[in-house]
Amino acid sequence: MAMATDVPKDSFRLSMLIYDTRYRSYTIQIVVLVLFAMAVAWLLNNTAQNLAARGKEFDFTFLWQRAGYDIGQQLIPYTNDSNHFRALLVGLLNTLAVAFWGCIFATILGVTIGVLRLSRNWLIGRLMTVYVELFRNIPLLLWILLTYVILSETTPQPRDFRVTDEMAAAGEAPAASMMIFDTVAVTNRGTNIPAPLFERGLGTLDLGFMSLNLTFWAILAVVVGSIWANRRLLAAARAQQEATGDRPVTWWKSILILFAPVIVMLVAMGFHLEIPELRGFNFAGGILVAHSFTALTVALSLYTAAFIAEIVRAGILAISRGQSEAAFALGLRPNRTMNLIILPQALRVIIPPLISQYLNLTKNTSLGIAVSYLDLRGTLGGITLNQTGRELECMLLMMLIYLTISLIISAVMNMYNKSVQLKAR
Amino acid sequence: MSETHAQTVSFVRDTMLPPTPPPMGERGAVKWMRENLFSTPLNVALTLLGLLSIYALISAALPWWLNSVWVAESLSECREIVAASAGEGATGACWAMIRERWHQFLFGFYPPAEWWRPILALGLLLAALAPVLFAGQKRNLTVVLGAVAIYLLVTLSLAATPGTAFGLAMVLILGMLGLAQVQPGKLLWFTVLYPALCFWLLWGGSIWSPIVAMAGFGVLYAVFRLASPFIGLAPAAGAGVVAAVLWWLYIDIPVVNALQIAMPFGLQSINSDQFGGFLLAIVIGVTGITFSLPIGILLALGRQSDMLIVKTLSVGFIEFVRGVPLITLLFTASLLLQYFLPPGTNFDIILRVIILVTFFAAAYLAEVIRGGLAALPRGQYEAADALGLDYWRAQRLIILPQALKVSIPAIVSTFIGLFKDTTLVAFVGLMDPLKGVTQIVRADIDWKGIYWEPYIFVGAIFFIICFGMSRYSMYLEQKLKTDHR
Repeated sequence: MAMATDVPKDSFRLSMLIYDTRYRSYTIQIVVLVLFAMAVAWLLNNTAQNLAARGKEFDFTFLWQRAGYDIGQQLIPYTNDSNHFRALLVGLLNTLAVAFWGCIFATILGVTIGVLRLSRNWLIGRLMTVYVELFRNIPLLLWILLTYVILSETTPQPRDFRVTDEMAAAGEAPAASMMIFDTVAVTNRGTNIPAPLFERGLGTLDLGFMSLNLTFWAILAVVVGSIWANRRLLAAARAQQEATGDRPVTWWKSILILFAPVIVMLVAMGFHLEIPELRGFNFAGGILVAHSFTALTVALSLYTAAFIAEIVRAGILAISRGQSEAAFALGLRPNRTMNLIILPQALRVIIPPLISQYLNLTKNTSLGIAVSYLDLRGTLGGITLNQTGRELECMLLMMLIYLTISLIISAVMNMYNKSVQLKAR
Repeated sequence: MSETHAQTVSFVRDTMLPPTPPPMGERGAVKWMRENLFSTPLNVALTLLGLLSIYALISAALPWWLNSVWVAESLSECREIVAASAGEGATGACWAMIRERWHQFLFGFYPPAEWWRPILALGLLLAALAPVLFAGQKRNLTVVLGAVAIYLLVTLSLAATPGTAFGLAMVLILGMLGLAQVQPGKLLWFTVLYPALCFWLLWGGSIWSPIVAMAGFGVLYAVFRLASPFIGLAPAAGAGVVAAVLWWLYIDIPVVNALQIAMPFGLQSINSDQFGGFLLAIVIGVTGITFSLPIGILLALGRQSDMLIVKTLSVGFIEFVRGVPLITLLFTASLLLQYFLPPGTNFDIILRVIILVTFFAAAYLAEVIRGGLAALPRGQYEAADALGLDYWRAQRLIILPQALKVSIPAIVSTFIGLFKDTTLVAFVGLMDPLKGVTQIVRADIDWKGIYWEPYIFVGAIFFIICFGMSRYSMYLEQKLKTDHR
């Protein structure tokens, strides 16, 4: 007598491909694979036909042609004689600049608001709730457009800053004045901020395909070196503390190591600020920050801060009261309780959604199109695309770059996330 | 002896003192303020800062608001009126712009004679959503349908609706109101039929095209029922789908044309480029929300699947879509689809945008729902297996109801995000309320230089809709809460 578990052999029927769970998953997967391959083939075939019909080829050599357009904000040298690839790099750096400053401001603002929303102060709690609801429920595009319009239509013209002789004699103030100790001027053309200059800079190193600003890299190297030396110092102090029980005094050494080399270097290179001043009809000197950059950064920070505030609030609320009570029972003071008990645990809850907010912010920089900010989408996906007519190549390349940025950010943040995650044993 | 003291010792009180009220600082508003506003020096500083900022805001905005001008021809006339009434240098809102241009914010360039169609479509949308949002709750359904009936009565008569349409709409909504009293469950049939009705109302054309298109689903069902006894359920479903697709590809258009010749009946057809304003935002938003949820669920299940190929494809799709900005996908819709489709095909830009927006939202929803699936204890899956349920039954009866319930807040915030993102269609040439219409208004010589008013108007409408959605999700969360904590 056959056991119940025996599978009847040699009775394979075609219907078993659908009804037998042993084979069904293979059937489904093969069908899916075939359908997918057919779809891809269909798309590729259509694309090839369409390209042929338009007399175009799929190649990226246009990237090395002359771009021929100007970009207002450039973090690396660029002229309209540079090629499209160079324009792409400038745009990419502009995207990253907005994303970088946006993430920093949004984090600072978001954490502050999230903590304040939990405050026992009724008024502040309500105000922060209003802020969060207002920014979360209104499209980001509105905030970008509104900030831009306000900056460019309500700010004074450069000539309003002028003090004429008659006005000086009559003791009248000009229609507009500069801010922060007369160093920053906001006009309807942009924001003029002081520029860092070096009398004896190290110059640039031309590597042929790109040029390096040696001054910038030297300062960066010194800062990184100082931080590394400081960490060595602290590690040595800790080792001594564990060996002898006494921790040597390190705070003045730390300050010295962190700041002295940079200051010495800046003084040696003759660092000074060039303050913008009114010459003729416009401000000269300093750096002119375009309103498109300011509006985009401000709006993105304000908008994302509302989301980060909610994340921070949820993270702190997720830590049960027992944790802080236990810390108080151990005799920890309130700020040490926050630093040692609450925050490390709350961070585990906060970081994963925070990563996706950073990603969202980075992707949302593409809304710079609304204020004509020349980011990656504005250069590669905008002017380059229109000039060369290579929609397919430009769009694919742009998506690939955005995808790479997203994946890099999420990989880096996930690494950080792993390091603070609960170590389950 | 203590009990004798009261009688024997003269200085012991023999009656209870009446309770005295708590001291001033420990009751009422003073206590509340001391605890909630001025408990520590830091709180005092924060409170003062808060009051100061509120004062700054009010002192700046209140005069502007009070000096509002509602009737004017242009911004300069507005400013003259403000200056005349409130003195030189006073600021005032110029709502006259909204008064003159509200229709562009709501309908874009939809022909004025046909405004009753989007108005009716919106009313019926609410009526179609009600059976889904308040399944089987007679009281809520009656309230919503009654409100829709009043809304339609008022707005349709204001919009000069043709008599026939007005009568039919009233009969329809009153019929639904009646049905809600008797069999609220049956109202879902209206929800099923609504998409075709809405499409026909908004775009117009022959009435036969939506009817014949819906008949495709009838063909699907008929083939499925007829074939399933002979060839089994799964092949019958496949045959049904093939039959329906053949119906739509080859039979649909000739049948529509024939019916149109035999019984011509239809509405004036409206081109997609005449759509704009909130009409456009709501069309894209509602369609995207409707279709992204099922696709998102399928993607989430695909990502959790044991089948390697299905899983890889789902992960690839989700990560790709989540990794690129929506704008690039919209540009794909407007620039690249012409490369990917067979030469010569060209279909409606709104439809293309809806498809891409739907995919975008579906990828985000998939991740949200995956979180819900992961939050379920393993035992739920095992219990479903132990009951002998097959995969789809287990998902439908055990897994998804719990997973979706857990992820309601995140799902709704994805929907809110989708609705806010409909404003981005401005960049592919569609006229969204925020950038498209506002730009047109601000480009007009009469209204050049106006900025607060259009943005406040559009922002307020967005706020009401999105805030309403998030409140509904909180209500739903409360209603579905089954744990006893």
